[in-house]
Amino acid sequence: MSDLVKKTLIYTLLAVGAIIMVFPFFWMFISSLKTAAEVNTSPPTFLPAVPTFQNYVFALKTAPFARYFLNSVIVTLACVTATMFTTILGAFAFSRLKFPGREFIFASLIAMMMIPFEMLIISNYSTMVAWKLIDTLPALIIPFTSSIFYTYILRNFFLSVPDSLYWSARVDGASNWTYLWRIMVPLAKPTLVTIGLLNAIIAWNSFLWSVLMINTQAKRTLPFGLFAFTTESGIRYERLMAGATIVVLPMIILFLTARKSIVTGVSRGGMKG
Amino acid sequence: MRRTAVKNDERITLATFLQPAAYLTPFMLGILIFTVYPFINVVLISFREDYKVLSREFSGYGLGNYARVFADPTFINALKNTAIFVAAVVPAATVISLLIAVLLNSKIKLQGLFQTAFFMPMVTSVTAVGLVWRWLFNFDYGLINYLLSLFDVGAINWLNDPRYAIYSLIIYGTWSMLPFTIIILLAGLQNINPQFDVAAKADGASPLDIFFRITVPLLAPTIGLVIIVNMISASKVFMELFPLFGGKPGPAYSLYTVIYYMYEQFYVKWRLGPAAASAMILFLIVLVFTLIQLLLQRKWKNY
Repeated sequence: MSDLVKKTLIYTLLAVGAIIMVFPFFWMFISSLKTAAEVNTSPPTFLPAVPTFQNYVFALKTAPFARYFLNSVIVTLACVTATMFTTILGAFAFSRLKFPGREFIFASLIAMMMIPFEMLIISNYSTMVAWKLIDTLPALIIPFTSSIFYTYILRNFFLSVPDSLYWSARVDGASNWTYLWRIMVPLAKPTLVTIGLLNAIIAWNSFLWSVLMINTQAKRTLPFGLFAFTTESGIRYERLMAGATIVVLPMIILFLTARKSIVTGVSRGGMKG
Repeated sequence: MRRTAVKNDERITLATFLQPAAYLTPFMLGILIFTVYPFINVVLISFREDYKVLSREFSGYGLGNYARVFADPTFINALKNTAIFVAAVVPAATVISLLIAVLLNSKIKLQGLFQTAFFMPMVTSVTAVGLVWRWLFNFDYGLINYLLSLFDVGAINWLNDPRYAIYSLIIYGTWSMLPFTIIILLAGLQNINPQFDVAAKADGASPLDIFFRITVPLLAPTIGLVIIVNMISASKVFMELFPLFGGKPGPAYSLYTVIYYMYEQFYVKWRLGPAAASAMILFLIVLVFTLIQLLLQRKWKNY
């Protein structure tokens, strides 16, 4: 094979693949700008004849998407902040502090990553009932403040920091607490950003738990709100696509601005959230 | 000076225990309350006979829930569908991802653009993107049937015909599994020493030879990891049913999956025993497969 043929083949395959991956997003956005009549035509049009924002107006009027959006922002920020806090402290204890059983506890935690979250909902639901948190936003936050996976990633980073740094800080009179927040946390910033992004994506897209916990419309998060919208608006694809765009857009923007950090995080852990 | 500081620090005092405990408490509280406790609880519930949700009463421990679940044709159907889904999606996603990862790893321009395109679906919600696929699969005006019509293929009732529904789920499932799989395989490829490649080329090996004799064997641990992780996540297929089939388990209730069955037993019928038993069965099957795979991989490594 000549180099030119080879190059052409590589680029063609990649281009076809890339189009297949991106096309649903393109189609979602294009459909959301069409009128009902144009959506239901065959053959389909690849660009809207007269782009209209009517579907977005309808979506925002019929379902409180602004409210859903706010709820999603609150839940995501709270989950990420709380998880960061527990992760930083936990990773520090597992990497720097010495205590009996440390390695055993840590190995048990790693094994626990095998347990599917879906299985635990049977029991976690009753916990939320007992704590009287059903139909509240805290119910979407409190169970998600500790992550073994993120603690594992951050611990690995902390272990890669040379010991000498710790001892010289201690000699200078720094306590563990000061050392952690003044030296380790700034050093770990790229890792923390990655963990925070992965966590934010998962929290933003969380669906099943919200369906179980939330009954009131005003307390829904975006993915649940969008699912409910399919029954509220009827199966009108131009409207559904407008709703889907509202849910997906923030994450796409986040991905476009922080792709490298997100990809590094995923490839380093080799684990799905 | 440093020595003494070290020694003082490591003397076992009450503080040796208190300080780690203080640092670990926030993290461990979450894990103990929302992972360890519920796991033990679900295992126990799965063995409780005649468990009543409200009073929490039960008549004893036994295998009744497991027997009931295995005697339920819906559960057997769910197991079958889940197995088909895993058996189709995991190999398909692995092969396609391997091809894309190898291409992305060759010296190409527009690397950033291609990576953006291939990885973007990873960050988007199953619900939202599932709705888009529902629209693409639409019988009358969906784009997929339109494209098929260009090749003289008659319209397929992707979502409402029980014969085709599982294919729709598999196509959507494979598509959404690709980004993660490509990322991991690409990272694995980038860790392979390029000198192997150079040496093989010097020996006159063809690109296909290099791929099957050098790249694949060296990448085997990464491929194994990807297969395990994807198998675990594919075995939990469930949320995809909500956007695709409006919350029902496929047309005419034909497409139950194990987790959907668990969800229905739990949240719709409030039969916690069978719900816990079905989740346990899936967990154990996946655990066995994972262990077998890990053992095989250890064996292969000896070569």
